[in-house]
Amino acid sequence: MKGNEALAEAAIRAGADAYFGYPITPQSEVIEYLMRENPADRTGMQVLQAESEVAAINMVYGAAGCGKRVITSSSSPGISLKMEGISYIAGAELPCVVVNVVRAGPGLGTIQPSQSDYFQAVKGGGHGDYKLIVLAPATVQESVDYVKLAFELAFKYRNPVMILSDGIIGQMMEKVELFEQMPRDTTEYEWATVGKKPGKPSAIVTSLQLQSEEQEKVNLRLQAKYREMEKNEVLFETHQCDDAEYLFVAFGSCARITRKAMEMAREKGIKVGLIRPQTLYPFPYDEISRLASQMKGVLTVEMNAGQMVEDVRLAVNGKTPVKFYGRFGGMIPSPEEILEALEQKIVGG
Amino acid sequence: MAENNLVHPDNLVYEKTSVMTDRVLHYCPGCGHGTAHRLLAEVIDELGIQGETIGVAPVGCSVLAYYYFDVDMQEAAHGRAPAVATGIKRVFPEKFVFTYQGDGDLAAIGTAETIHACNRGENILVVFINNGIYGMTGGQMAPTTLPGMKSSTSPRGRDVATMGNPLKITELVAELPGTYFVTRQSVHAPANARKAKRALKKAMEYQKLNKGTCFVEIVSNCPSGWKMTPAQSNKWMEENMFPYYPLGDIKVPENQ
Amino acid sequence: MARKGDVVINIERCKGCEVCLTACPHEVLALSNEVNSKGYHYAMKVNSACTGCANCAIVCPDAVITVYREKAVKKA
Repeated sequence: MKGNEALAEAAIRAGADAYFGYPITPQSEVIEYLMRENPADRTGMQVLQAESEVAAINMVYGAAGCGKRVITSSSSPGISLKMEGISYIAGAELPCVVVNVVRAGPGLGTIQPSQSDYFQAVKGGGHGDYKLIVLAPATVQESVDYVKLAFELAFKYRNPVMILSDGIIGQMMEKVELFEQMPRDTTEYEWATVGKKPGKPSAIVTSLQLQSEEQEKVNLRLQAKYREMEKNEVLFETHQCDDAEYLFVAFGSCARITRKAMEMAREKGIKVGLIRPQTLYPFPYDEISRLASQMKGVLTVEMNAGQMVEDVRLAVNGKTPVKFYGRFGGMIPSPEEILEALEQKIVGG
Repeated sequence: MAENNLVHPDNLVYEKTSVMTDRVLHYCPGCGHGTAHRLLAEVIDELGIQGETIGVAPVGCSVLAYYYFDVDMQEAAHGRAPAVATGIKRVFPEKFVFTYQGDGDLAAIGTAETIHACNRGENILVVFINNGIYGMTGGQMAPTTLPGMKSSTSPRGRDVATMGNPLKITELVAELPGTYFVTRQSVHAPANARKAKRALKKAMEYQKLNKGTCFVEIVSNCPSGWKMTPAQSNKWMEENMFPYYPLGDIKVPENQ
Repeated sequence: MARKGDVVINIERCKGCEVCLTACPHEVLALSNEVNSKGYHYAMKVNSACTGCANCAIVCPDAVITVYREKAVKKA
């Protein structure tokens, strides 16, 4: 299946109650698939094309505030528009899933794939001290599986979860195994606006605190939640790290290309391994730090001008040199280029 | 005194509805927000839908409306209440959903959300408080500020040549096929308040029909922002706001 | 003849906006000389002409007025 369509089908199967979105290349197949599939008939899931990404994310807020499983998708310029709503959702502590099929920027940029929204996704993006859990699929299969995982995490922490995909994964055809249809969750959560119950206080969904003392308490509660995520939810994959002298760090589609470069390097006798963070927040600082102790050098490969490399440097903390190789603007690095960068910047560097 | 004998539950004809909480309203003395809140709360009470109503508060003076309505509520980002209400109504089509918004929220920053929710005919009630000024942020010009009207960002009066014209968004949404009932009311005097309440009640009842958006504008005052006493502000409103924003139904269901 | 009525005003929550004064058809209400704990002169009853029409209560922005009215006498 095509990545975007598989993700849309996964949303239906994950028991989503609603999808609100707005067309933008390269993710429009998500809403097109949903409209074609008409999940209202299958599961009761509602699908609506909003007048803008701003409206779409606020529809997500409204439905998520009712305790429902809600998902939206967009691509980079549209995600920028959604940032206001994402900040409010994080502030009001509502669960939802936001998919960003990243394209290159800044501005209108190009519709070609990129990873240039790393900072926006993991460092906040919107205003205020908040965090999204960020899942980075490298395959169509992971796009599917992460939809289910994203809903689980969103409700576990009452926090927005972002799936940071890109135009390669969204547009690519791959074989996938779809999980079985899950039932829609009919729980009436006490924090949700489901209609006031007699004798109980009304539910209020808000991110407003007029007193600084109260706002600080909210921030402290959020920070405690983020520390829990950092403790419990770090996901990564390593390849051939045991005997490695050098380390690649790459995520998403770029990690697949980097893995090919790793295999080519191994054929040439260069002992290089790969770590692929699957959660970009929380980031696998500890594992990268541990691995860095045995490495002569680390090369971070990204389809941007160097974003995740800053987190890699924080993790490595000077133990060994950290270099960066990237292509951007919609350009995709080849395994040959990556191998050459490894040889020049790390092995021979 | 003989009349004291009247103070007995048997003789009660009017008391604060229990759909309003006991919190003291933060609004300035004489502000129409409190009256509009109470009338809507009375409607919810009389229809017996407190447990099925979900409200959406705006950003503006009524940002804390959820403190006063004893119903489940969500606080929306500035202007986004109709989108938030859409999200609620789409997952809870059987609930009664309303937004409560001021002029800056509804007719400036939230114009797109307002028009598109109305155009889709979302089965929600939009309550629009138009007092021609940004009250909460300290009296700046609103989309509905009258020509020549002074505000902190139109200190010499609104010059339509450079600042644009007051937006009659209620007439605008009445043109959209998605709206079912569109009316303009006020709450400053007894007869007006009673009419406004009837309009709110009809609008809430219509939600059961799934025929489209009901839109109730309430032309109101802002004594602090207009720098007048409440009585002066109500008089000024009658003399200046009503000619520009005439009261009455703008769109009524065909069979009514 | 009009029925007799009475109002009870929650003076602590009254903000003295006077909207009820102009709404009353029988000039029953006036502002106090005293202030409440918030510093507002509050609405108070100054005569017994109240008919329980509730005009004051329906325009009160702070919902401070409760209204009572004698029952209509049924004709035998």
